[in-house]
Amino acid sequence: MTAMPSAPRLNREARLAAAGEMPGRSFLLRNRYLLLRRLSQIVVLALFLTGPLFGLWIVKGTIASSMTFGVLPLTDPFMLLQMLAARHWPEGLAILGALIVAVFYALVSGRAYCSWVCPINPVTDLAFWTREKLGLQSKGWQPRPGTRFFVLATALVVSALTGAIAWELVNPITMAFRAVVFGSVASLTFVAAVFLFDLFVARRGWCSHLCPVGAAYGLLGSAALVKISAHARAACDHCMDCYAVCPEPQVISPALEGAKKGLSPVILSRDCTTCGRCIDVCDRTVFRFTHRFDLSETAQGGTHRSNCSGETP
Amino acid sequence: MSPKSATPEGLVSPERRKVLETAARGVVGAGVVGVLLGSYQKSAEAMPALTIRPPGALADEAKFLSACVRCGLCVRACPYDTLKLADLGDHVATGSPFFVARKIPCEMCDDIPCVKACPTGALDHSLVDIDKAKMGTAVLVDEENCLNFLGLRCDVCYRDCPVLDKAITLEIESNPRTRKHAIFRPTVHAEHCTGCGKCEKSCVLEEAAIKVLPLKVARGELGRHYRLGWEEYQKNQGPLIKDVIDLPDRAPGDVTPPSGVPDAPPIFKPVSPFKRGTP
Repeated sequence: MTAMPSAPRLNREARLAAAGEMPGRSFLLRNRYLLLRRLSQIVVLALFLTGPLFGLWIVKGTIASSMTFGVLPLTDPFMLLQMLAARHWPEGLAILGALIVAVFYALVSGRAYCSWVCPINPVTDLAFWTREKLGLQSKGWQPRPGTRFFVLATALVVSALTGAIAWELVNPITMAFRAVVFGSVASLTFVAAVFLFDLFVARRGWCSHLCPVGAAYGLLGSAALVKISAHARAACDHCMDCYAVCPEPQVISPALEGAKKGLSPVILSRDCTTCGRCIDVCDRTVFRFTHRFDLSETAQGGTHRSNCSGETP
Repeated sequence: MSPKSATPEGLVSPERRKVLETAARGVVGAGVVGVLLGSYQKSAEAMPALTIRPPGALADEAKFLSACVRCGLCVRACPYDTLKLADLGDHVATGSPFFVARKIPCEMCDDIPCVKACPTGALDHSLVDIDKAKMGTAVLVDEENCLNFLGLRCDVCYRDCPVLDKAITLEIESNPRTRKHAIFRPTVHAEHCTGCGKCEKSCVLEEAAIKVLPLKVARGELGRHYRLGWEEYQKNQGPLIKDVIDLPDRAPGDVTPPSGVPDAPPIFKPVSPFKRGTP
Protein backbone atom coordinates (compact mmCIF):
# COMPACT_ATOMS: atom_id res chain seq x y z
CA MET A 1 0.00 0.00 0.00
CA THR A 2 0.92 3.59 0.06
CA ALA A 3 4.21 4.56 1.48
CA MET A 4 3.80 7.87 3.18
CA PRO A 5 6.54 10.23 2.05
CA SER A 6 7.75 12.75 4.53
CA ALA A 7 5.93 16.04 4.61
CA PRO A 8 5.59 18.37 2.84
CA ARG A 9 4.86 15.95 0.06
CA LEU A 10 5.25 16.94 -3.54
CA ASN A 11 4.34 14.56 -6.25
CA ARG A 12 6.90 13.57 -8.80
CA GLU A 13 5.80 16.11 -11.34
CA ALA A 14 5.96 18.91 -8.82
CA ARG A 15 9.39 17.80 -7.67
CA LEU A 16 10.76 17.71 -11.18
CA ALA A 17 9.19 21.03 -12.01
CA ALA A 18 10.62 22.56 -8.84
CA ALA A 19 14.03 21.21 -9.75
CA GLY A 20 13.64 22.79 -13.16
CA GLU A 21 14.12 19.45 -14.86
CA MET A 22 10.95 19.73 -16.84
CA PRO A 23 8.00 22.06 -17.00
CA GLY A 24 4.93 20.99 -15.07
CA ARG A 25 1.59 20.71 -16.72
CA SER A 26 -0.77 23.58 -16.21
CA PHE A 27 -2.79 23.73 -13.00
CA LEU A 28 -6.00 23.16 -14.93
CA LEU A 29 -4.66 20.04 -16.57
CA ARG A 30 -3.33 18.65 -13.32
CA ASN A 31 -6.68 19.20 -11.60
CA ARG A 32 -9.26 19.00 -14.33
CA TYR A 33 -11.32 16.16 -12.87
CA LEU A 34 -11.02 17.55 -9.37
CA LEU A 35 -12.34 20.88 -10.62
CA LEU A 36 -15.06 19.20 -12.64
CA ARG A 37 -16.13 17.24 -9.58
CA ARG A 38 -16.26 20.35 -7.41
CA LEU A 39 -18.30 22.01 -10.13
CA SER A 40 -20.65 19.03 -10.23
CA GLN A 41 -21.05 19.04 -6.44
CA ILE A 42 -21.74 22.77 -6.44
CA VAL A 43 -24.23 22.49 -9.30
CA VAL A 44 -26.13 19.75 -7.45
CA LEU A 45 -26.49 22.00 -4.41
CA ALA A 46 -27.24 25.04 -6.56
CA LEU A 47 -30.13 23.27 -8.27
CA PHE A 48 -31.76 22.92 -4.86
CA LEU A 49 -30.83 26.43 -3.77
CA THR A 50 -32.17 28.57 -6.62
CA GLY A 51 -35.67 28.07 -5.23
CA PRO A 52 -35.19 29.22 -1.66
CA LEU A 53 -32.72 31.94 -2.67
CA PHE A 54 -34.22 33.39 -5.84
CA GLY A 55 -37.66 31.84 -6.08
CA LEU A 56 -36.61 29.91 -9.16
CA TRP A 57 -37.64 26.36 -8.34
CA ILE A 58 -35.67 23.71 -10.16
CA VAL A 59 -35.34 20.89 -7.66
CA LYS A 60 -37.34 20.67 -4.45
CA GLY A 61 -36.54 18.48 -1.48
CA THR A 62 -33.13 17.16 -0.55
CA ILE A 63 -30.78 14.50 -1.78
CA ALA A 64 -32.84 11.96 0.19
CA SER A 65 -35.81 12.50 -2.06
CA SER A 66 -36.44 15.25 -4.55
CA MET A 67 -38.69 16.48 -7.30
CA THR A 68 -37.23 18.20 -10.35
CA PHE A 69 -39.46 20.66 -12.21
CA GLY A 70 -42.42 18.88 -10.66
CA VAL A 71 -42.00 15.89 -12.96
CA LEU A 72 -38.82 13.96 -12.17
CA PRO A 73 -38.89 12.22 -8.79
CA LEU A 74 -35.59 10.98 -7.38
CA THR A 75 -35.16 8.99 -4.18
CA ASP A 76 -32.09 7.57 -2.53
CA PRO A 77 -32.29 3.78 -2.99
CA PHE A 78 -30.52 3.08 0.31
CA MET A 79 -33.18 5.17 2.05
CA LEU A 80 -35.89 3.14 0.34
CA LEU A 81 -34.16 -0.07 1.37
CA GLN A 82 -34.17 1.00 5.02
CA MET A 83 -37.81 1.99 4.68
CA LEU A 84 -38.66 -1.46 3.40
CA ALA A 85 -36.61 -3.00 6.22
CA ALA A 86 -38.71 -0.90 8.60
CA ARG A 87 -41.77 -2.46 6.94
CA HIS A 88 -43.26 0.64 5.37
CA TRP A 89 -44.45 0.25 1.81
CA PRO A 90 -44.01 3.68 0.22
CA GLU A 91 -46.09 5.58 -2.30
CA GLY A 92 -45.30 4.93 -5.95
CA LEU A 93 -43.45 8.22 -6.26
CA ALA A 94 -40.66 7.11 -3.92
CA ILE A 95 -40.37 3.72 -5.60
CA LEU A 96 -40.19 5.29 -9.05
CA GLY A 97 -37.64 7.81 -7.83
CA ALA A 98 -35.46 5.13 -6.28
CA LEU A 99 -35.67 3.03 -9.44
CA ILE A 100 -34.53 5.93 -11.63
CA VAL A 101 -31.58 6.63 -9.32
CA ALA A 102 -30.70 2.95 -9.01
CA VAL A 103 -30.75 2.34 -12.75
CA PHE A 104 -28.66 5.44 -13.40
CA TYR A 105 -25.92 4.55 -10.94
CA ALA A 106 -26.04 0.84 -11.77
CA LEU A 107 -25.37 1.70 -15.40
CA VAL A 108 -23.00 4.62 -15.05
CA SER A 109 -20.91 4.15 -11.93
CA GLY A 110 -22.18 3.37 -8.46
CA ARG A 111 -19.72 5.38 -6.49
CA ALA A 112 -19.77 8.31 -8.88
CA TYR A 113 -22.39 9.36 -6.33
CA CYS A 114 -19.61 9.64 -3.75
CA SER A 115 -17.16 11.66 -5.81
CA TRP A 116 -19.42 13.71 -8.06
CA VAL A 117 -22.59 14.33 -6.04
CA CYS A 118 -22.21 13.74 -2.30
CA PRO A 119 -21.68 16.95 -0.28
CA ILE A 120 -19.53 15.10 2.26
CA ASN A 121 -16.88 14.39 -0.35
CA PRO A 122 -15.46 17.94 -0.28
CA VAL A 123 -15.48 17.75 3.52
CA THR A 124 -13.44 14.56 3.74
CA ASP A 125 -11.24 15.72 0.87
CA LEU A 126 -10.57 18.86 2.87
CA ALA A 127 -9.71 16.73 5.89
CA PHE A 128 -7.28 14.74 3.75
CA TRP A 129 -5.76 17.91 2.34
CA THR A 130 -5.39 19.38 5.83
CA ARG A 131 -3.78 16.15 6.95
CA GLU A 132 -1.18 16.50 4.21
CA LYS A 133 -0.61 20.16 4.98
CA LEU A 134 -0.14 19.44 8.68
CA GLY A 135 2.18 16.61 7.76
CA LEU A 136 0.27 14.11 9.89
CA GLN A 137 2.22 10.90 9.49
CA SER A 138 0.01 8.39 11.23
CA LYS A 139 -2.84 6.95 9.25
CA GLY A 140 -4.65 6.47 12.52
CA TRP A 141 -7.32 3.85 12.82
CA GLN A 142 -7.56 1.96 9.56
CA PRO A 143 -10.46 -0.47 9.58
CA ARG A 144 -10.77 -2.75 6.59
CA PRO A 145 -12.37 -1.23 3.52
CA GLY A 146 -15.09 -3.86 3.92
CA THR A 147 -16.14 -2.44 7.29
CA ARG A 148 -18.68 -0.28 5.50
CA PHE A 149 -20.67 -3.37 4.61
CA PHE A 150 -20.98 -4.20 8.30
CA VAL A 151 -22.25 -0.65 8.88
CA LEU A 152 -24.64 -1.07 5.95
CA ALA A 153 -25.98 -4.31 7.41
CA THR A 154 -26.23 -2.70 10.84
CA ALA A 155 -28.28 0.19 9.48
CA LEU A 156 -30.69 -2.24 7.84
CA VAL A 157 -30.94 -4.47 10.92
CA VAL A 158 -31.57 -1.50 13.22
CA SER A 159 -34.17 -0.20 10.77
CA ALA A 160 -35.89 -3.57 10.87
CA LEU A 161 -35.73 -3.83 14.67
CA THR A 162 -36.82 -0.29 15.54
CA GLY A 163 -39.18 0.06 12.59
CA ALA A 164 -37.71 3.39 11.58
CA ILE A 165 -35.21 4.60 8.98
CA ALA A 166 -32.19 4.29 11.25
CA TRP A 167 -29.29 5.76 9.31
CA GLU A 168 -31.12 9.03 8.79
CA LEU A 169 -30.55 9.86 12.45
CA VAL A 170 -26.83 10.20 11.92
CA ASN A 171 -26.39 10.45 8.16
CA PRO A 172 -23.98 13.37 7.62
CA ILE A 173 -24.84 13.50 3.90
CA THR A 174 -28.45 14.52 4.33
CA MET A 175 -27.54 16.63 7.35
CA ALA A 176 -25.08 18.63 5.27
CA PHE A 177 -27.70 18.93 2.59
CA ARG A 178 -30.38 20.15 4.97
CA ALA A 179 -27.92 22.57 6.51
CA VAL A 180 -27.36 24.18 3.13
CA VAL A 181 -30.84 23.90 1.64
CA PHE A 182 -33.02 24.23 4.75
CA GLY A 183 -30.71 26.09 7.09
CA SER A 184 -30.57 23.34 9.72
CA VAL A 185 -27.14 24.51 10.78
CA ALA A 186 -26.98 22.64 14.09
CA SER A 187 -26.89 19.45 12.04
CA LEU A 188 -23.48 20.56 10.80
CA THR A 189 -22.18 19.15 14.10
CA PHE A 190 -22.25 15.73 12.48
CA VAL A 191 -20.49 17.03 9.39
CA ALA A 192 -17.82 18.61 11.57
CA ALA A 193 -17.51 15.31 13.42
CA VAL A 194 -16.82 13.52 10.16
CA PHE A 195 -14.20 16.13 9.25
CA LEU A 196 -12.42 15.79 12.59
CA PHE A 197 -12.68 12.02 12.45
CA ASP A 198 -11.00 11.96 9.05
CA LEU A 199 -8.42 14.52 10.12
CA PHE A 200 -7.29 13.13 13.45
CA VAL A 201 -8.71 9.66 13.97
CA ALA A 202 -8.65 7.83 10.68
CA ARG A 203 -7.07 8.86 7.39
CA ARG A 204 -9.75 8.62 4.69
CA GLY A 205 -11.77 7.04 7.47
CA TRP A 206 -15.36 7.94 6.70
CA CYS A 207 -15.91 7.76 2.96
CA SER A 208 -13.44 4.96 2.30
CA HIS A 209 -14.13 2.70 5.26
CA LEU A 210 -17.37 3.37 7.08
CA CYS A 211 -20.05 5.17 5.09
CA PRO A 212 -22.90 2.73 4.37
CA VAL A 213 -24.42 5.00 1.75
CA GLY A 214 -21.25 4.78 -0.32
CA ALA A 215 -21.22 1.04 0.31
CA ALA A 216 -24.76 0.77 -1.00
CA TYR A 217 -23.95 2.76 -4.12
CA GLY A 218 -20.81 0.64 -4.56
CA LEU A 219 -22.86 -2.54 -4.50
CA LEU A 220 -25.37 -0.97 -6.83
CA GLY A 221 -22.64 -0.16 -9.32
CA SER A 222 -20.97 -3.58 -9.21
CA ALA A 223 -21.47 -3.99 -12.96
CA ALA A 224 -21.44 -0.31 -13.92
CA LEU A 225 -20.10 0.69 -17.30
CA VAL A 226 -18.02 3.81 -16.78
CA LYS A 227 -14.60 2.80 -15.52
CA ILE A 228 -11.07 4.06 -15.37
CA SER A 229 -8.48 2.03 -17.20
CA ALA A 230 -4.73 1.94 -16.69
CA HIS A 231 -4.55 1.56 -20.42
CA ALA A 232 -0.93 2.70 -20.59
CA ARG A 233 0.21 0.73 -17.59
CA ALA A 234 3.31 -0.28 -19.52
CA ALA A 235 4.45 3.32 -19.23
CA CYS A 236 4.03 3.44 -15.46
CA ASP A 237 7.26 4.23 -13.67
CA HIS A 238 5.90 3.50 -10.20
CA CYS A 239 6.08 7.01 -8.84
CA MET A 240 3.15 6.04 -6.56
CA ASP A 241 1.43 9.38 -7.01
CA CYS A 242 -1.86 7.74 -7.97
CA TYR A 243 -1.80 5.58 -4.85
CA ALA A 244 -1.11 8.61 -2.70
CA VAL A 245 -4.01 10.57 -4.08
CA CYS A 246 -6.57 7.80 -4.49
CA PRO A 247 -9.26 7.60 -1.79
CA GLU A 248 -9.47 3.84 -2.34
CA PRO A 249 -5.88 2.91 -3.25
CA GLN A 250 -6.55 -0.81 -2.99
CA VAL A 251 -8.47 -0.65 -6.27
CA ILE A 252 -5.50 0.45 -8.37
CA SER A 253 -3.00 -2.37 -8.09
CA PRO A 254 -5.00 -5.16 -9.78
CA ALA A 255 -5.28 -3.03 -12.88
CA LEU A 256 -1.96 -1.20 -12.78
CA GLU A 257 0.25 -4.12 -11.75
CA GLY A 258 -1.88 -6.91 -13.18
CA ALA A 259 -0.30 -7.19 -16.61
CA LYS A 260 1.79 -10.20 -15.66
CA LYS A 261 -1.17 -11.96 -14.13
CA GLY A 262 -3.19 -11.25 -17.23
CA LEU A 263 -5.63 -9.01 -15.40
CA SER A 264 -7.64 -6.39 -17.21
CA PRO A 265 -6.20 -2.88 -17.22
CA VAL A 266 -9.65 -1.62 -16.26
CA ILE A 267 -10.15 -0.76 -12.58
CA LEU A 268 -13.09 -3.03 -11.95
CA SER A 269 -13.39 -2.80 -8.17
CA ARG A 270 -16.76 -1.48 -7.06
CA ASP A 271 -14.91 0.58 -4.44
CA CYS A 272 -13.49 2.86 -7.17
CA THR A 273 -15.32 6.18 -7.00
CA THR A 274 -14.40 7.11 -10.60
CA CYS A 275 -13.21 10.44 -9.27
CA GLY A 276 -10.52 10.67 -11.92
CA ARG A 277 -7.92 11.94 -9.47
CA CYS A 278 -5.43 9.30 -10.73
CA ILE A 279 -5.85 10.67 -14.24
CA ASP A 280 -5.19 14.14 -12.88
CA VAL A 281 -1.95 13.36 -11.10
CA CYS A 282 -0.38 10.94 -13.54
CA ASP A 283 1.97 12.81 -15.84
CA ARG A 284 2.49 9.68 -17.94
CA THR A 285 -1.14 9.46 -19.04
CA VAL A 286 -1.44 5.94 -17.72
CA PHE A 287 -5.10 6.30 -16.84
CA ARG A 288 -8.16 7.34 -18.76
CA PHE A 289 -11.93 7.15 -18.53
CA THR A 290 -13.42 4.35 -20.57
CA HIS A 291 -16.01 1.58 -20.31
CA ARG A 292 -15.61 -1.68 -18.46
CA PHE A 293 -15.17 -3.84 -21.56
CA ASP A 294 -12.38 -1.74 -23.03
CA LEU A 295 -9.36 -4.03 -22.78
CA SER A 296 -7.22 -2.00 -25.13
CA GLU A 297 -3.76 -1.04 -23.99
CA THR A 298 -1.13 1.29 -25.26
CA ALA A 299 2.40 0.03 -25.06
CA GLN A 300 4.18 3.35 -25.11
CA GLY A 301 3.00 5.75 -22.52
CA GLY A 302 2.68 9.21 -23.81
CA THR A 303 3.00 12.18 -21.54
CA HIS A 304 0.57 14.98 -21.30
CA ARG A 305 3.24 17.30 -22.45
CA SER A 306 3.90 15.62 -25.77
CA ASN A 307 0.47 14.14 -26.34
CA CYS A 308 -2.09 16.53 -25.10
CA SER A 309 -1.09 20.00 -24.28
CA GLY A 310 1.06 20.56 -27.31
CA GLU A 311 3.85 21.99 -25.17
CA THR A 312 7.32 20.94 -26.10
CA PRO A 313 9.66 19.91 -23.37
CA MET B 1 -7.05 -21.70 0.85
CA SER B 2 -3.30 -21.89 0.98
CA PRO B 3 -1.82 -25.09 2.32
CA LYS B 4 -2.19 -24.94 6.04
CA SER B 5 0.71 -24.93 8.38
CA ALA B 6 0.85 -28.06 10.44
CA THR B 7 -1.91 -27.82 12.95
CA PRO B 8 -2.21 -30.07 15.91
CA GLU B 9 -5.30 -32.21 15.87
CA GLY B 10 -8.36 -30.41 17.24
CA LEU B 11 -6.88 -26.94 17.05
CA VAL B 12 -8.05 -24.23 14.74
CA SER B 13 -5.59 -23.38 12.01
CA PRO B 14 -4.12 -19.86 12.09
CA GLU B 15 -5.89 -18.88 8.87
CA ARG B 16 -9.19 -20.05 10.20
CA ARG B 17 -8.53 -18.33 13.49
CA LYS B 18 -7.86 -15.08 11.68
CA VAL B 19 -11.08 -15.32 9.71
CA LEU B 20 -13.03 -16.03 12.86
CA GLU B 21 -11.39 -13.15 14.67
CA THR B 22 -12.19 -10.75 11.85
CA ALA B 23 -15.78 -11.92 11.73
CA ALA B 24 -16.13 -11.61 15.50
CA ARG B 25 -14.66 -8.13 15.47
CA GLY B 26 -16.99 -7.06 12.70
CA VAL B 27 -20.08 -8.50 14.34
CA VAL B 28 -19.25 -7.03 17.76
CA GLY B 29 -18.46 -3.64 16.24
CA ALA B 30 -21.65 -3.68 14.22
CA GLY B 31 -23.54 -4.75 17.34
CA VAL B 32 -22.22 -1.87 19.41
CA VAL B 33 -23.01 0.64 16.65
CA GLY B 34 -26.39 -0.98 16.23
CA VAL B 35 -27.31 -0.73 19.90
CA LEU B 36 -26.25 2.93 20.04
CA LEU B 37 -28.15 3.73 16.85
CA GLY B 38 -31.21 1.82 18.01
CA SER B 39 -31.38 3.50 21.39
CA TYR B 40 -30.89 6.92 19.78
CA GLN B 41 -33.72 6.02 17.42
CA LYS B 42 -36.00 5.04 20.29
CA SER B 43 -35.28 8.25 22.18
CA ALA B 44 -35.95 10.25 19.02
CA GLU B 45 -39.49 8.92 18.97
CA ALA B 46 -40.37 10.85 22.13
CA MET B 47 -41.39 14.19 20.70
CA PRO B 48 -41.96 17.28 22.80
CA ALA B 49 -45.69 17.73 23.33
CA LEU B 50 -45.79 21.08 21.54
CA THR B 51 -44.34 19.82 18.26
CA ILE B 52 -47.06 18.78 15.87
CA ARG B 53 -46.65 16.63 12.75
CA PRO B 54 -48.11 17.78 9.42
CA PRO B 55 -51.62 16.73 8.36
CA GLY B 56 -51.94 13.06 7.47
CA ALA B 57 -48.78 12.06 9.32
CA LEU B 58 -48.96 8.39 10.19
CA ALA B 59 -50.41 8.40 13.67
CA ASP B 60 -47.85 6.22 15.39
CA GLU B 61 -44.59 8.14 15.67
CA ALA B 62 -42.53 5.02 15.02
CA LYS B 63 -44.61 4.29 11.95
CA PHE B 64 -44.11 7.83 10.75
CA LEU B 65 -40.35 7.50 11.14
CA SER B 66 -40.37 4.28 9.16
CA ALA B 67 -41.73 6.23 6.21
CA CYS B 68 -40.37 9.76 6.39
CA VAL B 69 -37.13 10.27 4.46
CA ARG B 70 -36.72 13.84 5.73
CA CYS B 71 -36.66 15.24 2.22
CA GLY B 72 -38.56 18.40 3.08
CA LEU B 73 -40.88 18.26 0.07
CA CYS B 74 -43.84 18.88 2.43
CA VAL B 75 -42.02 21.94 3.80
CA ARG B 76 -41.56 23.24 0.26
CA ALA B 77 -45.20 22.57 -0.56
CA CYS B 78 -46.54 24.49 2.45
CA PRO B 79 -47.66 27.95 1.27
CA TYR B 80 -47.66 29.40 4.78
CA ASP B 81 -44.16 28.45 5.91
CA THR B 82 -45.76 26.47 8.72
CA LEU B 83 -43.67 23.32 8.46
CA LYS B 84 -40.06 23.09 9.54
CA LEU B 85 -37.49 20.33 9.33
CA ALA B 86 -36.14 19.38 12.72
CA ASP B 87 -32.59 20.41 13.42
CA LEU B 88 -30.40 18.97 16.13
CA GLY B 89 -31.64 20.35 19.42
CA ASP B 90 -35.30 20.47 18.40
CA HIS B 91 -35.73 17.10 20.12
CA VAL B 92 -37.65 15.91 17.11
CA ALA B 93 -36.14 13.11 14.99
CA THR B 94 -33.51 14.96 12.94
CA GLY B 95 -34.76 16.30 9.64
CA SER B 96 -38.38 15.26 10.10
CA PRO B 97 -41.15 17.83 9.52
CA PHE B 98 -43.11 19.45 12.33
CA PHE B 99 -44.67 22.71 13.31
CA VAL B 100 -45.20 24.67 16.47
CA ALA B 101 -48.77 25.92 16.52
CA ARG B 102 -48.04 28.94 18.68
CA LYS B 103 -45.54 30.14 16.04
CA ILE B 104 -47.29 29.35 12.76
CA PRO B 105 -50.37 27.14 12.85
CA CYS B 106 -51.63 24.97 10.01
CA GLU B 107 -53.95 26.94 7.73
CA MET B 108 -55.72 23.78 6.60
CA CYS B 109 -55.45 24.21 2.81
CA ASP B 110 -58.31 22.49 1.00
CA ASP B 111 -55.99 20.77 -1.46
CA ILE B 112 -53.52 19.68 1.28
CA PRO B 113 -50.37 20.31 -0.82
CA CYS B 114 -48.01 18.95 1.85
CA VAL B 115 -49.64 15.53 1.75
CA LYS B 116 -49.65 15.49 -2.03
CA ALA B 117 -45.94 16.34 -2.11
CA CYS B 118 -44.93 13.50 0.21
CA PRO B 119 -43.22 10.86 -1.93
CA THR B 120 -43.29 8.07 0.62
CA GLY B 121 -46.71 8.18 2.20
CA ALA B 122 -45.35 9.25 5.58
CA LEU B 123 -48.14 11.80 5.12
CA ASP B 124 -51.00 9.49 4.29
CA HIS B 125 -52.35 10.15 0.80
CA SER B 126 -55.74 8.78 1.79
CA LEU B 127 -56.33 12.05 3.63
CA VAL B 128 -58.25 14.13 1.09
CA ASP B 129 -60.54 16.12 3.37
CA ILE B 130 -58.49 18.44 5.56
CA ASP B 131 -61.34 18.57 8.09
CA LYS B 132 -60.59 14.91 8.77
CA ALA B 133 -56.97 15.65 9.67
CA LYS B 134 -55.86 14.60 13.13
CA MET B 135 -52.63 16.47 13.74
CA GLY B 136 -53.47 16.55 17.40
CA THR B 137 -56.28 18.03 19.43
CA ALA B 138 -56.71 21.33 21.19
CA VAL B 139 -56.96 21.13 24.95
CA LEU B 140 -57.94 24.00 27.18
CA VAL B 141 -55.06 23.34 29.52
CA ASP B 142 -55.42 26.29 31.88
CA GLU B 143 -58.92 27.01 33.08
CA GLU B 144 -57.57 29.28 35.78
CA ASN B 145 -56.18 31.81 33.32
CA CYS B 146 -58.54 31.43 30.36
CA LEU B 147 -60.36 34.76 30.13
CA ASN B 148 -63.67 33.09 29.34
CA PHE B 149 -63.35 30.98 32.45
CA LEU B 150 -62.75 34.16 34.40
CA GLY B 151 -66.15 35.30 33.20
CA LEU B 152 -64.97 37.60 30.39
CA ARG B 153 -66.05 37.33 26.79
CA CYS B 154 -62.75 36.74 25.01
CA ASP B 155 -64.02 33.96 22.70
CA VAL B 156 -61.02 34.41 20.40
CA CYS B 157 -60.19 30.70 20.16
CA TYR B 158 -63.81 29.92 19.45
CA ARG B 159 -64.03 32.59 16.74
CA ASP B 160 -60.76 31.64 15.11
CA CYS B 161 -61.48 27.92 14.88
CA PRO B 162 -61.75 26.79 11.23
CA VAL B 163 -64.23 24.11 12.28
CA LEU B 164 -66.41 26.72 13.93
CA ASP B 165 -69.03 25.52 16.38
CA LYS B 166 -67.99 21.93 16.00
CA ALA B 167 -64.41 21.66 17.26
CA ILE B 168 -64.89 24.36 19.88
CA THR B 169 -68.25 25.29 21.35
CA LEU B 170 -69.11 27.72 24.08
CA GLU B 171 -70.98 26.05 26.91
CA ILE B 172 -72.88 28.31 29.24
CA GLU B 173 -72.54 27.96 32.96
CA SER B 174 -73.46 30.29 35.74
CA ASN B 175 -70.66 32.32 37.14
CA PRO B 176 -70.33 31.37 40.83
CA ARG B 177 -68.27 34.47 41.54
CA THR B 178 -70.88 37.03 40.61
CA ARG B 179 -73.84 34.67 40.94
CA LYS B 180 -75.67 36.52 38.20
CA HIS B 181 -73.44 36.38 35.13
CA ALA B 182 -72.56 33.55 32.79
CA ILE B 183 -69.34 31.79 31.97
CA PHE B 184 -68.99 30.88 28.32
CA ARG B 185 -66.78 27.87 28.65
CA PRO B 186 -64.75 27.08 25.46
CA THR B 187 -65.14 23.35 25.07
CA VAL B 188 -63.10 21.30 22.60
CA HIS B 189 -64.69 18.33 20.90
CA ALA B 190 -61.78 16.19 19.81
CA GLU B 191 -64.01 14.36 17.36
CA HIS B 192 -64.06 17.46 15.15
CA CYS B 193 -60.75 19.09 16.08
CA THR B 194 -58.04 18.74 13.40
CA GLY B 195 -55.23 20.00 15.61
CA CYS B 196 -54.45 22.89 13.27
CA GLY B 197 -53.48 25.08 16.21
CA LYS B 198 -55.26 28.27 15.15
CA CYS B 199 -56.80 28.53 18.62
CA GLU B 200 -53.43 28.17 20.33
CA LYS B 201 -51.94 30.76 17.99
CA SER B 202 -54.76 33.23 18.60
CA CYS B 203 -55.02 32.86 22.37
CA VAL B 204 -54.49 36.37 23.68
CA LEU B 205 -52.65 35.35 26.84
CA GLU B 206 -48.90 35.60 27.21
CA GLU B 207 -48.82 31.83 27.29
CA ALA B 208 -51.71 30.15 25.53
CA ALA B 209 -54.38 28.69 27.79
CA ILE B 210 -55.51 26.44 24.95
CA LYS B 211 -52.87 24.26 23.36
CA VAL B 212 -52.74 21.66 20.65
CA LEU B 213 -51.34 18.41 21.98
CA PRO B 214 -50.60 15.15 20.24
CA LEU B 215 -53.53 12.77 20.54
CA LYS B 216 -51.55 10.27 22.55
CA VAL B 217 -50.84 12.97 25.12
CA ALA B 218 -54.25 14.61 25.13
CA ARG B 219 -56.68 11.74 24.86
CA GLY B 220 -57.79 9.08 27.26
CA GLU B 221 -59.18 5.82 26.02
CA LEU B 222 -62.03 3.82 27.43
CA GLY B 223 -61.42 0.18 28.23
CA ARG B 224 -62.24 -1.70 25.05
CA HIS B 225 -64.78 -3.82 26.89
CA TYR B 226 -66.59 -0.82 28.34
CA ARG B 227 -70.19 -0.35 27.31
CA LEU B 228 -71.97 2.90 28.10
CA GLY B 229 -75.16 1.80 29.81
CA TRP B 230 -77.32 4.60 28.48
CA GLU B 231 -76.26 3.94 24.90
CA GLU B 232 -76.82 0.22 25.27
CA TYR B 233 -80.23 0.96 26.82
CA GLN B 234 -81.20 2.98 23.77
CA LYS B 235 -79.84 0.45 21.30
CA ASN B 236 -81.68 -2.31 23.06
CA GLN B 237 -84.80 -0.25 23.68
CA GLY B 238 -84.62 -1.27 27.31
CA PRO B 239 -82.24 -2.81 29.79
CA LEU B 240 -79.94 -5.52 28.50
CA ILE B 241 -80.68 -7.70 31.48
CA LYS B 242 -84.33 -8.39 32.17
CA ASP B 243 -85.83 -8.16 35.61
CA VAL B 244 -82.92 -6.21 36.93
CA ILE B 245 -83.47 -5.06 40.45
CA ASP B 246 -83.43 -1.31 40.42
CA LEU B 247 -82.48 0.26 43.68
CA PRO B 248 -84.00 3.64 44.46
CA ASP B 249 -81.97 6.57 43.15
CA ARG B 250 -81.51 9.31 45.64
CA ALA B 251 -80.00 12.66 45.04
CA PRO B 252 -78.05 14.31 47.82
CA GLY B 253 -80.48 15.97 50.16
CA ASP B 254 -83.29 13.81 48.93
CA VAL B 255 -85.09 12.92 52.10
CA THR B 256 -87.88 10.83 50.62
CA PRO B 257 -87.86 7.63 52.65
CA PRO B 258 -87.69 4.39 50.74
CA SER B 259 -91.26 3.58 50.13
CA GLY B 260 -90.90 0.03 48.99
CA VAL B 261 -92.45 0.96 45.68
CA PRO B 262 -90.14 -0.04 42.81
CA ASP B 263 -88.76 2.89 40.94
CA ALA B 264 -89.86 3.56 37.45
CA PRO B 265 -87.24 2.54 34.85
CA PRO B 266 -84.56 5.18 34.76
CA ILE B 267 -85.22 7.91 32.32
CA PHE B 268 -82.35 8.36 29.90
CA LYS B 269 -82.85 11.61 28.22
CA PRO B 270 -79.62 12.27 26.38
CA VAL B 271 -78.45 15.79 26.79
CA SER B 272 -76.88 16.98 23.58
CA PRO B 273 -73.20 17.37 24.25
CA PHE B 274 -72.86 19.80 21.38
CA LYS B 275 -75.62 22.12 22.38
CA ARG B 276 -74.35 25.44 21.36
CA GLY B 277 -74.30 28.12 23.95
CA THR B 278 -76.04 31.22 22.74
CA PRO B 279 -73.63 34.02 23.06
